[in-house]
Amino acid sequence: MTPTEPVAYLDHAASTPMRPEAVEAMLPFLAGHHGNPSGSHAAARVARRAVDDARDAVAALLGAAPGEVVFTSGGTEADVTALSGVAAASADRPGAPPAPVVVGAIEHAAVRDTARALGAAGHPLHVLPVDRRGRVDPAALSGALTGAATGGTGAAPAVVSIALANNEVGTIQPLDDLAEVLVRVAPDAVLHTDAVQAAAWLDVATLAAPAALVSASAHKLGGPKGVGALVVRAGTPFAPLLHGGGQERGRRSGTPNVAGIVAFGAAAAIAVAERDERAVRVAALRDRLADGLLTALVARAPGTVETVVHPGEGRAHVLPGHLHLCIPGAAAEEVLFLLDTAGVAASAASSCSSGAAKPSAVLAGLGVPDALASGSLRLTLGWSTTDAEVDHALAVVADAVARAVTPIEVEPAR
Amino acid sequence: MRVLVAMSGGVDSAVAAARLVRAGHDVVGATLKLWGGESDSGCCSVADVDDARRVADRLGVDHHTFAYSDEFDRHVVGPYVDAHRAGVTPNPCVECNRHLKFGALLERADRLGFDTVATGHHARIVAGPDGVRRVARGADVAKDQSYVLAGLTSERLDRVRFPIGDSPKDDVRREAAALGLRVAAKADSQDVCFITRADGRARFLARRLPLTAGVVVDGGGRPVGRVPAVETVTIGQRRGLGLAGGAEPRYVVATDPATATVTVGTEADLRVARQPLADLGWAAGPVDGPLDWQVSAHGAVRRGAWDGGAVAWERPERRVAPGQVVVAYSGDVVVGWGTAAPVQDVRTDQAIEPHPLGA
Repeated sequence: MTPTEPVAYLDHAASTPMRPEAVEAMLPFLAGHHGNPSGSHAAARVARRAVDDARDAVAALLGAAPGEVVFTSGGTEADVTALSGVAAASADRPGAPPAPVVVGAIEHAAVRDTARALGAAGHPLHVLPVDRRGRVDPAALSGALTGAATGGTGAAPAVVSIALANNEVGTIQPLDDLAEVLVRVAPDAVLHTDAVQAAAWLDVATLAAPAALVSASAHKLGGPKGVGALVVRAGTPFAPLLHGGGQERGRRSGTPNVAGIVAFGAAAAIAVAERDERAVRVAALRDRLADGLLTALVARAPGTVETVVHPGEGRAHVLPGHLHLCIPGAAAEEVLFLLDTAGVAASAASSCSSGAAKPSAVLAGLGVPDALASGSLRLTLGWSTTDAEVDHALAVVADAVARAVTPIEVEPAR
Repeated sequence: MRVLVAMSGGVDSAVAAARLVRAGHDVVGATLKLWGGESDSGCCSVADVDDARRVADRLGVDHHTFAYSDEFDRHVVGPYVDAHRAGVTPNPCVECNRHLKFGALLERADRLGFDTVATGHHARIVAGPDGVRRVARGADVAKDQSYVLAGLTSERLDRVRFPIGDSPKDDVRREAAALGLRVAAKADSQDVCFITRADGRARFLARRLPLTAGVVVDGGGRPVGRVPAVETVTIGQRRGLGLAGGAEPRYVVATDPATATVTVGTEADLRVARQPLADLGWAAGPVDGPLDWQVSAHGAVRRGAWDGGAVAWERPERRVAPGQVVVAYSGDVVVGWGTAAPVQDVRTDQAIEPHPLGA
């Protein structure tokens, strides 16, 4: 069996196809313009200009001044740089206790594990519970910050990291409500938001405005893999993670990925230009898929639920491309295998290096029982999703799932 | 035929997959991620998954990774630790084959639409005139793994293939090299895949159960030595007992973690005329008369006949550690399997639980 392209690609949250315009934009910088943008000659200036044009586009996407945009190798580097950068800056205060770190219970592993590492290094760590929709309770944030503030006088301001939208279940955080708490309880606290999933769908420039740091990734919105950005707003306490030649105004050393950044800029421009139209169109496709699948699945795998979406309350708090299901009695690995065979590309939770399904920390954070979490299925739509793909998924997914939950009689060994 | 090949990342399963592809079957490779901990010798490190995937790429077949660490913990690692706690011998490879490779994976293969599961075990499957399928020794006697496959029923064996069971290991390696498979010269895996060489059994166990220092006594109950952990002492063991040298060699003939006592005796004390089994199952009904019995994964066979409660040896044989799997062969063919029970002439308070999948 040779690997073939799926009939229905429903894993856009893992990576969405590149926009042709982004491919077009980067090619001259692969095949031709090879200058290092840090140089002073004409070839360098071509690269420099292209990177700065891209910086303008990404700044517009994320609602920052161009000088506040730091290009990175991707969303993970942006997240790690944000948390460690602020934490490291706080260490500059001699004799002061380490800055508290406050994160939501369903953060991406890049944030969760960096926070854990900072906790192990002596930073007081607070993990905020989420409600059944996956939203952080402002009261819990208030409590954590009040507790953190009593850590001692002279304590460094807390680092708070809460994603604008969750990567697995798609929950959109009411960042405004949380920022309000910060203003009231801990005005010095530094808010970071991971907008990697949100950037393709939401008005990040407005929604992430209260955050001092904002992460984004090119390949989630039609750019190439291996390039991302971190907004570091002026005045934010920050120390770089990567030291070296002082590129990106000393905030991220290393020769920039010029071709990737150029393509990121092109993808960002399109993402902004057609965002609202696309969100409405894809949400309609997602709703058709969700409603059709739920009807079919509830009949064949009783107890199937749409994660973080409860009957009758709509999906306004979920990203337009996200559909996350929990199917009792199904092994996610088997469902994915059968879907793969049937030409549907999906995922169980987030992507993982080994390819094996691991228990989802996000579902655990949501309080989803293991019996349900082990049958998790994430279908995510994107800019290129067609009616035909949704039709194909509706035709095959329920059958595949039903096979994975059908108990079979197996003779005991003896 | 649609075949799911369990690919460990080693050379045997790689060639097993290659042979199935060459025979024209619809082949998919799967690596079982069994163990989350560190392992330098086993079957499920990230490097092994990489090897399996790259071999599958080379063969042009799809490769998947299946996480079975919960099941592995429940059916293999947990019982391994519990057995040591109780002072009985664990059989992790046997348990893994019964519960994981030819248990959970076989069931999954059914649901995923596969006709059979294949592995790189050095063993064969033979069908007798009675239509019953039985495990038989692999062609490479030195690499034979039929012992750890004992207990698979005919129904299960009907859905299992061992494509390299008829080949000597050297041929398998030569074939892998000829195919350009990157694992052609890869070292064989070791016995217990979840214990690293650097860590060792004692330290692995020490993190999971309280180890008890014990006293070593002779047949008359007189203390003659000490051991740091009675849970790691095995029947037949001769070294590490803190015994004074010079005298006739003495061997462990019984252990009792409950009283932290290890009893030693002479070679003659170690030998018994009959070895009781806690359970015994037959591939297709009891076999009368003398059979070959194998009492460890790579040990020599002994001759004896089942007398209804024990194996009566043709001549006295060393006693088998309680809990150890015992396999009966007629020629090369596995005809029965059971679990050693304590020999009753040695005072012991141990109660042996019947093997969960045994007779």
